Amino acid sequence: MLDATVTEDALRVEDLTVRFVRRNTDVAAVNGCAFSLKPGETLTILGESGSGKSVTLKAMMGLLPDYSRISGKVMLNGDDILSMPRAAQAKLRGRAISMIFQEPMSALDPVYTIGHQISETIIQHEGVDKVTAWKRSLELLEQVRIPSAERRLKNFPHEMSGGMRQRAMIALALACRPNVLLADEPTTALDVTVQIQILLLLRQLQEELGMAIVFVTHDVGVAAEISDRIAVMYAGRFVETGTTREIMRDARHPYTQGLLSSTVHGGLRGKVLETIPGTPPNLASLPPGCAFAPRCRYAMDRCSEGDIPVVTRESGAMARCVKAAMLETT
Amino acid sequence: MSAALSTPASTPVDPRDRGGPAQPMLLVEDLRKHFPVRGGLLNRQVATVQAVDDVSFSVRKGETLGIVGESGCGKSTTARLLMRLVEPDAGLVTFDGDTVGVPHGISINEMRRQMQMVFQDSYSSLNPRMTVSESIAYAPYMHGLPARQAHERAEALLGQVGLNPRTYARRYPHELSGGQRQRVNIARALALEPRMVILDEAVAALDKSVEAQVLNLLGDLKARFNLTYLFISHDLNVVEYISDRVLVMYLGRVVETGPVESIYSHPRHPYTRALFASKPTLDPDRRTTEMPLTGDPPNPINPPSGCRFRTRCAFAQAICAEKVPPLEAPLYGEGIGDSPHLVACHLPEAQAAMGVHHA
Repeated sequence: MLDATVTEDALRVEDLTVRFVRRNTDVAAVNGCAFSLKPGETLTILGESGSGKSVTLKAMMGLLPDYSRISGKVMLNGDDILSMPRAAQAKLRGRAISMIFQEPMSALDPVYTIGHQISETIIQHEGVDKVTAWKRSLELLEQVRIPSAERRLKNFPHEMSGGMRQRAMIALALACRPNVLLADEPTTALDVTVQIQILLLLRQLQEELGMAIVFVTHDVGVAAEISDRIAVMYAGRFVETGTTREIMRDARHPYTQGLLSSTVHGGLRGKVLETIPGTPPNLASLPPGCAFAPRCRYAMDRCSEGDIPVVTRESGAMARCVKAAMLETT
Repeated sequence: MSAALSTPASTPVDPRDRGGPAQPMLLVEDLRKHFPVRGGLLNRQVATVQAVDDVSFSVRKGETLGIVGESGCGKSTTARLLMRLVEPDAGLVTFDGDTVGVPHGISINEMRRQMQMVFQDSYSSLNPRMTVSESIAYAPYMHGLPARQAHERAEALLGQVGLNPRTYARRYPHELSGGQRQRVNIARALALEPRMVILDEAVAALDKSVEAQVLNLLGDLKARFNLTYLFISHDLNVVEYISDRVLVMYLGRVVETGPVESIYSHPRHPYTRALFASKPTLDPDRRTTEMPLTGDPPNPINPPSGCRFRTRCAFAQAICAEKVPPLEAPLYGEGIGDSPHLVACHLPEAQAAMGVHHA
């Protein structure tokens, strides 16, 4: 690779592929994802359930079960995580790269206090003594704006409200100042008034700490609030990427267009909603060519044959679509 | 009765209509449910969760009333109380002029025949050992329809909710996708030809593209079967899209109610405004920059005295802790539309303050 003259990427993913192979099934969950992220940048992976967005994050964290076949590269600080031995991966997890989950109640350990869990992570990775670690835990809780942090350190997860637990989990994930934070639908289980608090908190923390965030959501509104760039995922592939503005205002892929137009808002009152017909494909038997073709209103013969052309703009925005390619060349 | 007096050509008169068009389909007065919290050595009652506290509202014939609020605000408990899945502590429910569950009113069974419910979790609300058509045909069969006719009705309903009966009638719930299962639940709710359907977070678990399909279906069915909906959701966008009137709940009480345009364009209660301001924008250039509210909703076990929102309200004053604010016409400005806009807030300055507006 070239020496970095501009800011080096915090994370670069090349051709990430995940297949779940078991006795009778072969599920192609992620099919060649590629992206790179600079420090302080947020990429949102937007997709419906089963599109492979969570699997992508778990593959990067090394959290997938043994029967999964992972290939490609995940470059973190110039090293490929996927080719590392397990022990080395474990050292990175929670230190250079960490993850927050949708359900803090099941992600936190119910039998230890919040303070204990955060300190344990710091001691494990940095080898400091208990008192220092406890002090750091207190700072972390204050950093995620938990009121009366001192008292909260001694709380068990069940003694906290949903929003508070999510803040505690963010504190835990940030304990060793990771370069990359993976966020798997962290606001989906929260109420709207709490959701916006967590989104604003993540934005502020990112400004303070400069980490790169990969944020996964199915909610277009949340994506618009948090991301610099959006990657739209369908059947394990990025079908379109671009800046948040490009995606929200000038989507080129019919799936993205459909997703945006079927997002309900008050302005549509009294109108019949535009929908995407059908349901997402079965990942165990993907159609050849474009996986969206069977639901696409612009589908033509070319769409179900072989490789789908990728059109890239100067800005880096990408769309993987036959029709978008035709429009671009004419 | 009303059919003889006035027969407007546009709206076909339902023969089951007893009270006439001016009689609300559902009238709820001072509905209350406090759940005991037991604990300690002797399993004594140590506290009460005031899940629903003196909630009153009405649903007119043919309209959709949306109930919004955060988790723990009592919206789902309200639905369960209406269906009598949970027995209320107090309150009167009147269905088309007949009080439910009293000697000279309408029986609970008869009310349930006319009012059905669709739940959030499409999977757990279907019997996994029954095929789709058995599930749908079950209620009509139990109500005395011969088995063959019940199955014919089930297949017709499947077609009406957009599932081909030839493909789907013999399938089991686990063989369907979430959206398809929710269609089956809707078909089952319609099997007794109800006049009113309670939809409790019925689209919350669905993907956005499927959610839009189901919302279209609900609109279509409402027109076709002359239904009245009570639509419960935490999703402000969906409620704005589907409702004619809206009820905003906070910690077991109604804080604001009125026509949807009026509530969404001029929210009066500070909580309603904060709720709307918390809604993510769809415009990357107009992102939210300030937190509309801090903290989570308080625990309904020990709700604040007086106005329950006062602990998170920027305007709160002494009176808010002393008196429960009644649900009244706004102190400032006018309501829009023919149904009144009501708000439960003591303070004119809190009602008049401008909310944060989004695209």
